[in-house]
Amino acid sequence: MMAAIKLSELDHIIEKHSGKRGNLIPVLHEIQEEIGYLPTEVQRYVSKNLGVAMSKVYGVISFYSFFTTEPKGEHTIGVCMGTACYVKGAEDILMRLQEELGIKTGQTTKDNKFTMTMTRCLGTCSMAPVIMIDDQVHGNLTAEKVTEIINKY
Amino acid sequence: MAKKEILICAGTACISAGAEEIKAKFEEEFRKLNLTEDFECKTVISSTGCVGPCSLGPVAIVKADNTFYGQLKTEDVPKIVEQHLKQGQIVEELLTEEEGEKIENFKDIRFMKKQKRIALRNTGIIDPNKIEEYLERDGYQALKTVLNKMTPSEVIAEIKDSGLRGRGGAGFPTGLKWSFAQQNKSDQKYIICNADEGDPGAFMDRSILEGDPHSIIEAMTIAGYAIGADQGYVYVRAEYPLAVKNLKIAIRQAENTGLLGSNICGSNFTFKLEVRVGAGAFVCGEETALIASIEGKRGQPSTKPPFPANSGLWGKPTIINNVETLANIVPIINNGSQWFSSIGTEKSKGTKVFAVAGDVKETGLVEVPMGTTLREIIFEIAGGIADGKEFKAAQIGGPSGGTIPSEHLDLKIDYESLAEIGAIVGSGGLVIMDQDNSMVDVARFFLDFTEDESCGKCTPCRVGTKRMLDILEKILAGQANSDDLVRLEKLAKVIQETSLCGLGQTAPNPVLSTLEFFRDEYEELITDAEEVK
Repeated sequence: MMAAIKLSELDHIIEKHSGKRGNLIPVLHEIQEEIGYLPTEVQRYVSKNLGVAMSKVYGVISFYSFFTTEPKGEHTIGVCMGTACYVKGAEDILMRLQEELGIKTGQTTKDNKFTMTMTRCLGTCSMAPVIMIDDQVHGNLTAEKVTEIINKY
Repeated sequence: MAKKEILICAGTACISAGAEEIKAKFEEEFRKLNLTEDFECKTVISSTGCVGPCSLGPVAIVKADNTFYGQLKTEDVPKIVEQHLKQGQIVEELLTEEEGEKIENFKDIRFMKKQKRIALRNTGIIDPNKIEEYLERDGYQALKTVLNKMTPSEVIAEIKDSGLRGRGGAGFPTGLKWSFAQQNKSDQKYIICNADEGDPGAFMDRSILEGDPHSIIEAMTIAGYAIGADQGYVYVRAEYPLAVKNLKIAIRQAENTGLLGSNICGSNFTFKLEVRVGAGAFVCGEETALIASIEGKRGQPSTKPPFPANSGLWGKPTIINNVETLANIVPIINNGSQWFSSIGTEKSKGTKVFAVAGDVKETGLVEVPMGTTLREIIFEIAGGIADGKEFKAAQIGGPSGGTIPSEHLDLKIDYESLAEIGAIVGSGGLVIMDQDNSMVDVARFFLDFTEDESCGKCTPCRVGTKRMLDILEKILAGQANSDDLVRLEKLAKVIQETSLCGLGQTAPNPVLSTLEFFRDEYEELITDAEEVK
């Protein structure tokens, strides 16, 4: 179980943006950065304090792939499925990761260490195929290299 | 004595290839050898933005003589410091070799020789986090010229005369777009920079924002003056954290220098700029969806008209320009519209940046005059196909674009010529494929992308792309018959004609263009399937 979230600790984020037009997405970004995900209780709190209908808050969260309502693992692995990576064998990389971690994209390992996601082009096509672990891009990958990299974490 | 500088490329690709270790090693060597005290020349290292030839990363350029060292390893650094910086002798063995020749000067490497850099003029040359370096290269001169000597209408006339067209995809004339918003009377107008570069395989906007953020700030301010807007937004995708960071630093610097904010350069013109970060939705590259996203809503497009120039952000006249389009504004003001319109083809002026990736020897950003042929880009600049294989096709314009087979390699690339063969310049993603690629699978790849990214608002796109994907998968699994091919083409036409926005209208392009040039590959899979039955 995740530790309970102290909702009042989100007040500084909400206050910083309050009164600005179109503040819902920036607020959600900052909250997710701080606590990792956006569960229902947080959505309700944001709705109440920004004066935006709950349906709109949930509508935005479910529309954008960047927002998540589930807690993520310690590290997030983004497998690039852009064109250049695809041409250079991104599917092999994805298969190896699935084998190594025993999870599919969108899932988190049992030990809560890795969450695997698929991303659309990281803009580092010259090093295709690439994956991004947290903020670090790993390029020119082969299936063997993937195993090596994962073992380092 | 002036400082001798080593430029280390710190773009995303180079960082991940180890640029930071190289930089640290240089710094360590300088400390170790006490270079600052023993020699009169001080050596500083600038973190430059993206230099361009990403596949040669990490790269370093000795600024004094423009010597280029690529694919550096940390153990190479002491040699460069000792031999080149201390003794003034180029380290031959570390130079890039091309066709048996060692290349010294950065400008002479094959990847750079044929390029003409206007939009990318500063990337890789200046430190994006130092406004002084931008100012040294005539930065903010165009803004001063505009504020002191030109009326808004004169600015718009200049951009119109230059022939600049939108670099984000459709190629709409930029000056004309600005004039629509200028003519609209309103108490509030907005300028938006579209940096939601979602086309997989394109990264020119990322490189410009990372490497030369001030050029975008200056251009947006000029645009604001021209149409009468005092507020701008840069909408950057969440996948580009370094671009967001460098842009925010640059905005703060411009504000502190009086070049952004209230009463810019002592004039009575005020312009404010805010960065908005996307949240992972390809459709937000579409103007009306992008506006909805800035407003804090689901990024779903709406019908046009009304066009944003009449009724955009919060119902006010709004101009949305792509990053690369804006990167051309400052050079046009500084050098004049005639200079700009002398470059390129009859209807497509200036240059275009292509992000070359895939099965070529060298990948990275290539800026060439409009009208350059695909053959020149692939075989002269990017060095041809890797691993001794043969060229099969180039995919241009991403999920909205098309494939170009070898018989069209000598086509002069501009908006019109590409449209004629069913492709588009698009954002400039150029993925090169060798003989081993299945074109049906490439089409499936793009349909999988658009089906996933369809926002779901209109039925042709939501359901149609799904059905097209089903058929493509059936074909690839060897279970389709010739009726399926007919259905696929029919469906493609309907989706093109009836979708609400550009995403849906162009989604069938990769299928239609592979069908046109590589129909035999589809038919082969189908004949096989029929024989099995």
